[in-house]
Amino acid sequence: MLIYMLRRLGFALVTCLFISVLTFVIIRLPPGDFVDAYIANLAASGSSISVDQAAAMRHEYGLDRSVLVQYWNWMSRVLRGDFGVSMMWRRPVTEVIGDRLWLTMVVSVAALFLTWLIALPIGIYSAVRQYSFGDYVFTMLGFIGLAMPNFLLALILMYFGFRYFGLNVGGLFSAEYVQAPWSLARAWDLMKHLPLPAAVLALAGTAQLIRIMRANLLDELRKPYVVTARAKGLTERRAILKYPVRAALNPFASSIAYLFPYLVSGSIIVSLVLGLPTVGPLLLQALVAQDMFLAGAIVMLLGLMTVIGTLISDLLLMWIDPRIRLEGR
Amino acid sequence: MRQTLMAERVALAVRDLAVQFGSEQGVVRALDGVSFDLRAGRTLGIVGESGCGKSVTARSILRILDRPGIISGGRMLLDPGSPAETDLARLKPDSRQMRAVRGGRIGLIFQEPMTALSVHYTVGNQLIEAVRQHSAASAAEARARAIELLREVGIPRPEARIGAYPFELSGGLRQRVGIAMALAGEPDIVIADEPTTALDVTTQAQILALLKRLQAEKGISLMLITHDMGVIAEMADEVAVMYLGRVVEFAPVRELFAAPRHPYTRALLRAVPSILATPRQRLSTIGGAVPHPGMRPTGCAFHPRCGERLGAVCMERRPAPVPPGQAGASCFREEEVAA
Amino acid sequence: MSATAAGDPPATATEARFAEATQLQLTWWRFRRHRLALASLVVVALFYAVAAFADFLATNDPHATDARRSFIPPQGIHLFDENGFNPHVYGLRGVRDMRTFKLTYAPDASRKLPVRLFVRSYDYDLLGLFPTNIHLFGVQGAKPGEGIFLFGTDQLGRDLYSRMMVATRVSLSIGLAGVLLSLFLGVLLGGISGLYGGWVDTLIQRLIELLRSVPTIPLWMGLAAALPNTWSVTQVYFAITLIISLIGWTDLARVVRGRFLALREEDFVVAAELAGASQGRIIFRHMLPSFASHIIAATTLALPAMIISETSLSFLGLGLRPPAVSWGILLQDAQNIQVLSGAPWLLLAAVPVTVVILAFNFLGDGLRDAADPYG
Repeated sequence: MLIYMLRRLGFALVTCLFISVLTFVIIRLPPGDFVDAYIANLAASGSSISVDQAAAMRHEYGLDRSVLVQYWNWMSRVLRGDFGVSMMWRRPVTEVIGDRLWLTMVVSVAALFLTWLIALPIGIYSAVRQYSFGDYVFTMLGFIGLAMPNFLLALILMYFGFRYFGLNVGGLFSAEYVQAPWSLARAWDLMKHLPLPAAVLALAGTAQLIRIMRANLLDELRKPYVVTARAKGLTERRAILKYPVRAALNPFASSIAYLFPYLVSGSIIVSLVLGLPTVGPLLLQALVAQDMFLAGAIVMLLGLMTVIGTLISDLLLMWIDPRIRLEGR
Repeated sequence: MRQTLMAERVALAVRDLAVQFGSEQGVVRALDGVSFDLRAGRTLGIVGESGCGKSVTARSILRILDRPGIISGGRMLLDPGSPAETDLARLKPDSRQMRAVRGGRIGLIFQEPMTALSVHYTVGNQLIEAVRQHSAASAAEARARAIELLREVGIPRPEARIGAYPFELSGGLRQRVGIAMALAGEPDIVIADEPTTALDVTTQAQILALLKRLQAEKGISLMLITHDMGVIAEMADEVAVMYLGRVVEFAPVRELFAAPRHPYTRALLRAVPSILATPRQRLSTIGGAVPHPGMRPTGCAFHPRCGERLGAVCMERRPAPVPPGQAGASCFREEEVAA
Repeated sequence: MSATAAGDPPATATEARFAEATQLQLTWWRFRRHRLALASLVVVALFYAVAAFADFLATNDPHATDARRSFIPPQGIHLFDENGFNPHVYGLRGVRDMRTFKLTYAPDASRKLPVRLFVRSYDYDLLGLFPTNIHLFGVQGAKPGEGIFLFGTDQLGRDLYSRMMVATRVSLSIGLAGVLLSLFLGVLLGGISGLYGGWVDTLIQRLIELLRSVPTIPLWMGLAAALPNTWSVTQVYFAITLIISLIGWTDLARVVRGRFLALREEDFVVAAELAGASQGRIIFRHMLPSFASHIIAATTLALPAMIISETSLSFLGLGLRPPAVSWGILLQDAQNIQVLSGAPWLLLAAVPVTVVILAFNFLGDGLRDAADPYG
């Protein structure tokens, strides 16, 4: 068990390193460096700096050093929680991101729970009643869920909400709470706004997970231990819920490892359509304005978020599978 | 004297049992009129090649056929002739009555000790569940009973092993757990479906000895399904030979080995390696393979592979089934002898 | 062989047919039994036909803007008039709403524009080879600003129907190019991984796991945003293809590796090895044919993800750039709720996206089932 945990932890660290390198690459990709962009930015607002000043700035930020040194400098600042200054906002990146990261997490996690809540019972139903009418209906719905990119679904919901109910379905807060400090009332307001974006985000993943659950359970239902359970005299419901469903939970739990990155990914684009105050719209603005420190910080933080999600799914897997838990006992 | 009295009582009588599997290609008759008696306290061996319907018979009796299999005819009488006579074919599979039979009256032992236990729960969890299903025992009592059961089936240090997961046990120990599980509801009938096939030879012998001992101690009626003639010779009192969903021969074990009546039985016996064979003698095999039940040959189902075929009659007409409770074979040669 | 088969009952002839069939033939026979997958194959074929003849099917120049005809609602084709069969669309008359001062279009039933087959319109190259200006259908005798707008027009007065035809070509081809690139990477790296095993395998598997644990959209956005503004449409097109196949190859590599690992143990491969066949011969003559159908199935299932990726990126404004036309670019116009409430027909571009992804999914599922008879 310890070995398993250490291995997963080690992998998580490597992933973090990988993400940091990717982020650094993304920051450095646009032609020109931070100072060029800064000069262009200043020029746009009518002021300018001299060539000497620019060189001094380059030296200050270490931009005249080798790429490795730059990476090292950047990493050591990031590790201290300093993601640099956003050019677009002229404020520290952490300040600009603020609550948005947590809201991204809240939306993604809500979507994850919703995905499970829907996929588990439907997956079980579809496997146990294979080829029934309900199975076909859910399979069909699942396919449509897979085929509809979630931003399209968001667009369509927006349109119908606007057209037939005259309401703006976007946002995570009512108008009076958008700028308000955190309070119970604001949290409750958030809860009330959460279901729609979570549902939009959850749809494709749910469809996928239903298919995974159905396929796994169909496999498990054919295994001899199900016959054992029935031969004991257990009711059909108990025999199925206690044994094959439990076994099928395994791949179900490990699916978080890729479902969560997928949901975080999706939240970016859905947030743009639904106008959610997550990091999504901020990332797009930052990229369009080539505000690379802000964009890099967001990419990096999103990556870290998924690493944590994956780690949690590994622990969950360990908890439900005694073979992993007892490894090396 | 007591022996004969017990021998007369029939614990389970199966009559004309028919099972169908409906599929896209049409209906497949997996069992096509199976009849036999399981006598109380005795061992009935059921033998045949893979695919002849042995396991389907076992699952039909317990009413746990996989979909789309259905029982399309026949009766399965528990305690026939007594006031408590029950036809299992008429019970609903998930009814309280049928569930009381499963595990409570009829226990089932599996072929695959590896996969017959769930890896997600401890041995104790699965065993205690079986105990409590058929008694009003408290959790502590059930646990004590489970430990007792593990001891009875010869598992050393049962107090420790009860907390083990199946994957932590050897194959032999797992099969012992399987036997303990079958006995947990104190059934008077046990169906063992190829209980030793997946085990190595030494373990096989130990498990067979265990089954014999438990049967004697508890007076269990044992239905032993196997394809191994050696196991039959060792264990069975009577033998039903099955081929393509039918009983083709029924006989006391000595009679079967001494004077097999059906050509299929003779072929099966010839295929057993013998210590008396001359060195380098080729082992006899039965030509061809068991046909798919959906493509049952006309007439006697065995005729395409039969070395003693009589002629047109075997291809056109079905030989009469073996009358239940009597020794006999379902073969036209047998009818010739009788006539 | 045929001499003996002739005397036997027909069942044996069928068996012989099966015994001699190649893996691909067997797969095809099994595939034909899946009605939904077969229907999807037809749909996919139709889509690619549209892609090939996009300009021929279009009625108006997809890039031609005209401020006078912005946001025209979809027009229906009327098949009959008082003289019998005479397909036509109504002309348009601008009406200014006196309260909002917005110009709206109303059909002008007094003017009929006849719809005819093989009408001359804007110039294009058929299949990129033959310069022509003949289109499948269109209207005759239209005044400037008038015409046939089956799915309406956008803000700049461009015909949505024609743009959707052309967008089909771009979106489907970028999906196909992306998947081919992924396939190349997947077969190469998956093959190496499955064939050599050991630390190479571990390294590649870890790399795949790494790539899959990174949220893709922010990553793509970061990479796509870095493409220089000065790049041409074609350069951007290939760069985007490269970016979306950067992640897409991982699934295919897994399939290939899995098949390689399974096949390495198969009797016929071991037999070929023992017979002294070279490694190349074993791979290309024995192993590849036996999982070609798996690869086709996995590729088909990977295509929808490619199409969604391109659509998403273009929708965000980070993918293809105008004047290129793709489904994502068309949907980008529909992003704003104010625009959408006034011109809901802009959402029509969502239909082909959904339909083609659905079709690819059904097709891939059917292929996968057919490829794996025992699984």
